[in-house]
Amino acid sequence: MARSVTTRRKIVYTVLAWGVGLLIFFPILWTILTSFKTEADAIAAPPKFLFFHWTLENYAVVQERSDYMRHLWNSIVIAGGSTLLGTVVAVPAAWSMAFVPSRRTKDILMWMLSTKMLPAVGVLYPIYLMFIQLGLLDTRTGLVIVMMLINLPIIIWMLFTYFREIPGEILEAARMDGATLRAEILYVLTPMALPGIASTILLNVILAWNEAFWTLNLTAANAGPLTAFIASYSSPEGLFFAKLSAASVMAFAPILVLGWFSQKQLVRGLTFGAVK
Amino acid sequence: MTISVRALLGASALCTLAAMANAETTLTIATVNNGDMIRMQGLTDDFTKSHPDIKLNWVTMEENVLRQRVTTDITTKGGQFDIMTIGMYETPIWGKNGWLVPLNDLPADYDVNDLLPAMRAGLSYDNTLYAAPFYGESSMVMYRKDLMEKAGLTMPEKPTWEFIRKAAAAMTDRANDINGICLRGKAGWGEGGAFITVLANSFGARWFDENWNAQFDTPEWKQALTFFVDMMKESGPSGYATNGFNENLSLFQQGKCGMWIDATVAASFVTDPSQSTVADKVGFAMAPNHEGVDKRANWLWAWALAIPAGSQKVDAAKQFIEWATSKHYIDLVASKEGWANVPPGARTSLYENPNYKDIPFAKMTLNSINAADPLHPTVKPVPYVGIQFVAIPEFAGIATDVSQEFASVYAGQESVDDALAKAQAMTNDAMSAAGYR
Amino acid sequence: MATQHSRAAARLMMAPAVILLLGWMLVPLILTLYFSFKRYLPLRGDSLGKGLDWVGFQNYARFVTSSSFWPSIQVTLIIVGGVLVVTVLLGTLLAVLLDQPMWGTGIVRILVISPFFVMPTVSGLVWKNMFMDSTNGLFAHLWRAFGAAPVDWVSQQSLFSIILIVSWEWLPFATLILLTAIQSLDSEQLEAAEMDGAPALKRFWFIVIPHLSRAITIVILIQTIFLLSIFAEIYVTTAGAFGTKTLTYLIFQRVLESQNVGLGSAGGVYAIILANIVAIFLMRIVGKNLDA
Repeated sequence: MARSVTTRRKIVYTVLAWGVGLLIFFPILWTILTSFKTEADAIAAPPKFLFFHWTLENYAVVQERSDYMRHLWNSIVIAGGSTLLGTVVAVPAAWSMAFVPSRRTKDILMWMLSTKMLPAVGVLYPIYLMFIQLGLLDTRTGLVIVMMLINLPIIIWMLFTYFREIPGEILEAARMDGATLRAEILYVLTPMALPGIASTILLNVILAWNEAFWTLNLTAANAGPLTAFIASYSSPEGLFFAKLSAASVMAFAPILVLGWFSQKQLVRGLTFGAVK
Repeated sequence: MTISVRALLGASALCTLAAMANAETTLTIATVNNGDMIRMQGLTDDFTKSHPDIKLNWVTMEENVLRQRVTTDITTKGGQFDIMTIGMYETPIWGKNGWLVPLNDLPADYDVNDLLPAMRAGLSYDNTLYAAPFYGESSMVMYRKDLMEKAGLTMPEKPTWEFIRKAAAAMTDRANDINGICLRGKAGWGEGGAFITVLANSFGARWFDENWNAQFDTPEWKQALTFFVDMMKESGPSGYATNGFNENLSLFQQGKCGMWIDATVAASFVTDPSQSTVADKVGFAMAPNHEGVDKRANWLWAWALAIPAGSQKVDAAKQFIEWATSKHYIDLVASKEGWANVPPGARTSLYENPNYKDIPFAKMTLNSINAADPLHPTVKPVPYVGIQFVAIPEFAGIATDVSQEFASVYAGQESVDDALAKAQAMTNDAMSAAGYR
Repeated sequence: MATQHSRAAARLMMAPAVILLLGWMLVPLILTLYFSFKRYLPLRGDSLGKGLDWVGFQNYARFVTSSSFWPSIQVTLIIVGGVLVVTVLLGTLLAVLLDQPMWGTGIVRILVISPFFVMPTVSGLVWKNMFMDSTNGLFAHLWRAFGAAPVDWVSQQSLFSIILIVSWEWLPFATLILLTAIQSLDSEQLEAAEMDGAPALKRFWFIVIPHLSRAITIVILIQTIFLLSIFAEIYVTTAGAFGTKTLTYLIFQRVLESQNVGLGSAGGVYAIILANIVAIFLMRIVGKNLDA
């Protein structure tokens, strides 16, 4: 009796959850489907869901018009490079805040987060002028630096919350055994915080990948990532739903697949110290 | 952590390599994602074959993004682009500031005198050409002959707004999703702002009087805006407040509009059977005027190629511009894609070409361009040049704000009177700030 | 534990991060402040090289007296608040649902988190064109199927549309964090309550919600940081029309569309002040909740 109730319950929950999940996912699914339609099918009334003439033509057109691989590579370098660089800077900072906290630690953390609230467009001109002076315009190096700075507060904060959960006694024990600070961080702390570090890196790759203001305004032909790639499809002439969809899928597919494969890490790590 | 450092080093080494590969001249060209420009990118083999030492790098952007990118770059002398695609609004302002390389030494076979006088004048400052027109346009009426016939009406060659409104109402068939008329309502000075300005011009209104006082409190503006809103309510598509050029083009191609008044370049898209479902049913007429007003709603615009001053690659850039805006390029497109697809509105010789005369919209395009007079855009005198825009640096910002107010009217969120009052206050405020009043 | 030696080491290790962020904050901040007291109209030929005219507080006065200023603050707060309410409410419900026994949890979770990976520009464009368009959008087809007149969402329900799009992007984030928090809930406590005959709603209200308060705080904090500066979603949908001009968007218009850097910079300073007010406000709540 009790068993059948749970099974019935489980069925209800399954149906409900799948329903909600598909509803949330639907815009993405619809974009993917539309990207395989002809432009005429894309606006057909009533809408065609699966029974249309499947075609790869939109992808061919988009690829012919803009060099997808170059944009993709730029996105990978910028998102990956800025995240790695940011992690290298953030690990020691987060370590010291977590294990040698002072009166001002929390203020410093809050201040760091507050730097993220400044409206980017307000400082476009100064940054643009500085980039000209430093020869960083339209270079991946320049964008790696900017994206690193933008996401640094989040990286530090996330790492801080993970590090704080690690009992200090373990570190003390390592210190007793004569471990240097470097060894302590590398061989004791890092392995313990690895899930946290992994999800920090993932989250920041996603944030850097999707950032569209600086990446668009500081690049031209060489360093433009996928956000710049999308900028040429936002309102082309005539019918464009299918081409827009194809370009959109090309822009989000890599990060979506990465996200799917690493969702366990992402979910495990996304606690922000919220779980106690 | 060592791995990450190595990855970074690797990444930066790649950057250096990429920079070193640029021994030949590489031109970075910023352009807009319009059909004619995209076609040009497909035809550049013809150029690189004859200029093997020049490599082309395209940066294609949507119009608003393009404008914001090139403006930032030119004002800060960023030097990211060797060639910029700009319009009639930017060219005289930038030319005046000395930001563009003058195009006054074009070779004889380029035949600069062949450029349509209106285009050449609009892209010059102080009689010096600063940008070469790739294509030019005015505005005209495109209508569905079949629907017009069904409505029992005949489109005159020079219709009035009153006729357009009557015809729109007669053609509207809500049950079959046919709107009598599709027009731009989208916020933005180059979108709905441009359209309402030419409509107002043809009702006898103007943006400023001779002393740079805003004129939105005049009866002409009220009449024009009220007319537009009423007509669109009767016969326009429900979401016209967010429709710009592309949205309307798409609607017209799907057969959902009886009439569409917009850029003359649209003619080749709506008559192209490969993208339009109504390709063989389209007729053309002059942009309308209000009864008794001696001005038609004709605008004038060109997308043109210019070289930023201070560029290190002026010679190569000039060679490219000469190619892209030449008679040869027109022939090239004609041979590959047919005469209907050549970039229109830039050269006189195109309209004298017997092959082009058969194109149904050729004559109307030329007549419309000739009807536009940027030096005398309005019935009453004005202190500015430009028809659908006012060629001062402050205009883009002001007109964007104003067109946003108007768009709220189109969406039914604000009354005509409130919007005009706000527009009046906003414009005067901005003009005082800029020191005009 | 904190010896003199380790304190010094700790400072040293924090130094790079602090210096970098200080630079990233101060340099633009000082330049913004500097420009905000200057007449800087690049299209009129003003440039740093030629020197800029000092105009005192004129830019500040002009920005704050413009008819767009107060509405923009209001719109900013409505959008931020609206998205927070939607994501926290739906996120909590969704998290509770995903915590239940079911088949295919992994796949459902993948479906739910997917919107987070989509670029704001792309989601704005997809929603606006393929869903909210009054002619060809899916909603219009749906409305027509039920015999209703299609709504032009972006112009007629502009704020609702933007909140919908942004909430869709951030719902996965809220759900994930809240889900992790729920999973850490002591199930014995819940079972005990169930034994005592406490109804489901009561259990949810008195046990689950208090347990989640900390996670909810985190969601609010992180999202507010990102929501205060949302831009792309507005840019590609309404372009600031129909009463959706946020403070960020207004500054964008002043700097890039009007090309008035001085005025835009003054706006930037106001935005910084607003961000700080919100930050202090947040710190009050978060600070309390984060002490652990």
